[in-house]
Amino acid sequence: MDQLWIDLAAVLAAAAPLVIAAMGETLSERAGVINLSLDGTMLLAAMTGFAVALTTGNLLLGFAAAALVGAAIAAVLGLFSLTLGQSQTAVGFVLALLCTDLSSFLGAPFVRVPGPAVPFTPIPALADVPVLGTLFFRHDPVIYASFLIIPATAYLLYGTRLGLIVRALGERPAAVYARGIDVIRWRYAMLITGGALVGIAGAAFSLDLKQGWSYRHTFGAGWIVLAIVIFGGWRPWRVALGCYLFAVLEIVATRSQSALPNFPTQIIQVAPFVLMIFVLALVNLASSPAAMRRAATLPQIWQRPLLGAINRLRATAPAALGQPFERP
Amino acid sequence: MHIAVEHLTKRFGSVCANDRLTVSFAAGQIHGVLGENGAGKSTLMKLLSGYIQPDEGRIVFNDMPRRLRGPGDALAAGVGMVQQEPLDIPAFTVLENLLCAAPPGIFRSRRAAQTALLELAGRLGFPVDPAARLDQLTIGQRQQVEIMRLLLCGAQVLILDEPTTGITAAQARALFAALRQIAAEGRTVLFVSHKLEEVAELCHTVTVLRNGQVVPPGQLPMPQPQEYLLVLMFGESGAAPPIYRPLPAIDAPPVWELRNITVRSGALHLVELNHRFPAGRIIGLAGLDGSGQQVLLRLLAGQQAPDRGQVLVNGRDLTGAGALAFRQAGVEYLPADRLHDGMIGALSLADHFALLQRDGLLVDRRRAEELARQAIADYQIKATPVTPIASLSGGNQQRAMLALIPPTACGILAEQPTRGLDVASARAIWSRLQARRDDGCCIIFSSPDLDEIMEYSDEVIVCFAGRIGPPIPRALLSASRLAELIGGVGFDALVNVAR
Repeated sequence: MDQLWIDLAAVLAAAAPLVIAAMGETLSERAGVINLSLDGTMLLAAMTGFAVALTTGNLLLGFAAAALVGAAIAAVLGLFSLTLGQSQTAVGFVLALLCTDLSSFLGAPFVRVPGPAVPFTPIPALADVPVLGTLFFRHDPVIYASFLIIPATAYLLYGTRLGLIVRALGERPAAVYARGIDVIRWRYAMLITGGALVGIAGAAFSLDLKQGWSYRHTFGAGWIVLAIVIFGGWRPWRVALGCYLFAVLEIVATRSQSALPNFPTQIIQVAPFVLMIFVLALVNLASSPAAMRRAATLPQIWQRPLLGAINRLRATAPAALGQPFERP
Repeated sequence: MHIAVEHLTKRFGSVCANDRLTVSFAAGQIHGVLGENGAGKSTLMKLLSGYIQPDEGRIVFNDMPRRLRGPGDALAAGVGMVQQEPLDIPAFTVLENLLCAAPPGIFRSRRAAQTALLELAGRLGFPVDPAARLDQLTIGQRQQVEIMRLLLCGAQVLILDEPTTGITAAQARALFAALRQIAAEGRTVLFVSHKLEEVAELCHTVTVLRNGQVVPPGQLPMPQPQEYLLVLMFGESGAAPPIYRPLPAIDAPPVWELRNITVRSGALHLVELNHRFPAGRIIGLAGLDGSGQQVLLRLLAGQQAPDRGQVLVNGRDLTGAGALAFRQAGVEYLPADRLHDGMIGALSLADHFALLQRDGLLVDRRRAEELARQAIADYQIKATPVTPIASLSGGNQQRAMLALIPPTACGILAEQPTRGLDVASARAIWSRLQARRDDGCCIIFSSPDLDEIMEYSDEVIVCFAGRIGPPIPRALLSASRLAELIGGVGFDALVNVAR
């Protein structure tokens, strides 16, 4: 039984960078901007964070540098898409490729160099509480931050007036403009904030959960985060759940690697991605209009709970996601 | 608040949309602004509410000249504009929409906002549920929410752009009562419309725009003779009423026949429909928004399959055959949302004709352009064969849609055929439809505008809460009786008599 709690704690920890990046992406997509450069940004930020922390010996400086890289790439995306009106997806994709290669090129001197890492910091007293202590209070600051950022994002989006504006930016920017808000400036702000979080997520890999630097260090985590944000319906708690699910799949995969030594490792490494997409697609299929029509043909007793469940699962994208804003 | 414009000029390219306009609007009154499509009404309203900036001249609020850099500036100065489609956030609840980007310090909390909203709603007589999502409301309800939002955000001047387009007669009455109340409280209301009757009923003064100028210079007090206003709007030639023809033979064969139809769509449940729609007839569907008119039209167009029963077109059973089979049988459907459901905005008229070609692999461009040129001449569409449809005006889009109907069509289903069109365009559309009727088409249309139904229908069918009444010959119907039936008064008796 104890092993189960320890495994679950490992899942919570492993998902930390995904959660942080996913919240950043959720923020900017809620404001209507798709930051498709996510994976490249994470890699470049991971490399920069590691390099800065290694050369200065200061972890905080490493995280700050990573956040700065994330924000800067988001600003470049903003310049091309928001100011110059180019396609968000095209620019984001090019940036993703560019940053990936840039991270390999610039990061070459740091490959497999041992470096600093975020120290393990159990919280006194709370860490000794049975079960809860193991699950939530025997981690390091990055992981604690990943716990806090989920309710913080949810509260920002659903509990504050700022959140109303952010959501409105993604739904109908023309309405926000009519109320005297500078749409472009606010979209920049959310995009850059989200970008900084993505940068921090990158450093969470290189300075904490997968310490050090190597070629393609984050192994495609950015791409899976993009998928999780979409299938999570742009809602913080559901998106976070998706991140944890992916971490479970990854840990199961690593375990099965030692259990099945003859099985090709490549397949085991890729399996979580395939399974994740499969699960997400199933969830979305179950909540599609087609499923709804099918449910409507069932007998009355089944209809009500089924339609209720479908309605809860349903995720609609922000109506203006990815669309340029032009002043009316 | 007293607002005035002096020598206001706005040009778009070579077109002078507003040409040295000078006019003022006093506080505490409802001011009508009349003009046909393209006369410059929208430009003037956009200038007043900060969406665009003037090239010359100035805008004066309470004797203070103002430069408005955006709609936020205008609202801060006290001018709020209600767009034809309210600029709200459909995914939000009424309350969230009210709080979103509200000026600082107006609402202390969610609860305070809700209290203020309910209080204002009570005063204006608008029923409102603060927790309802806007995309679940009708355009009319969203318009009411938008009016209240602007007032709560401090608007002293309310501009309404064609506010009665797409809302029901009952909602229009509620709107008029509320606007009178708003004016009585000392605010200024600008009512932009091309419907003379509404301006006559509601407004204290009227300003007529033609070709970007005020004719005659300055405001006119209401009432004014309708003929005079028509001449002001359109010039001497514009005001000829259409000519009526007597009803064709009563025993014409039915184009559509519905047998024991049961169909469900959303909350509406239509049962036991037995109807025959004869050729050579214009049939108007009257009723409140969402009373079953659209379901009936979609059923007749083959876009919705019935749960039970049969749909016959020209005697052939096409139940569940799909929209394509209906089209091949000669049924044409003109949806209300022309650009979304009716045509493809980026394609030209010639492209649309090319789309209709069925033979061979290649597009016969020459033939398509020939047909398009013919249609442009026949229907007086202001376009070339290669102009994208999206860049045409509403009236020209509607004409283009009519022109695309093949001459072999025997049934035309039109959802709000003159939505958003000015009087002249609407008459042109109707004369085309009447010509089709005289050629033996059966035309069924729905409209929220009772006058339109009374004016053009040969027979009227009233829809009430998902029930479809029997056809009533237009000659046996008065406007007040129709208004009662739409509200459900005497509807049961009507259905029983028909049985």
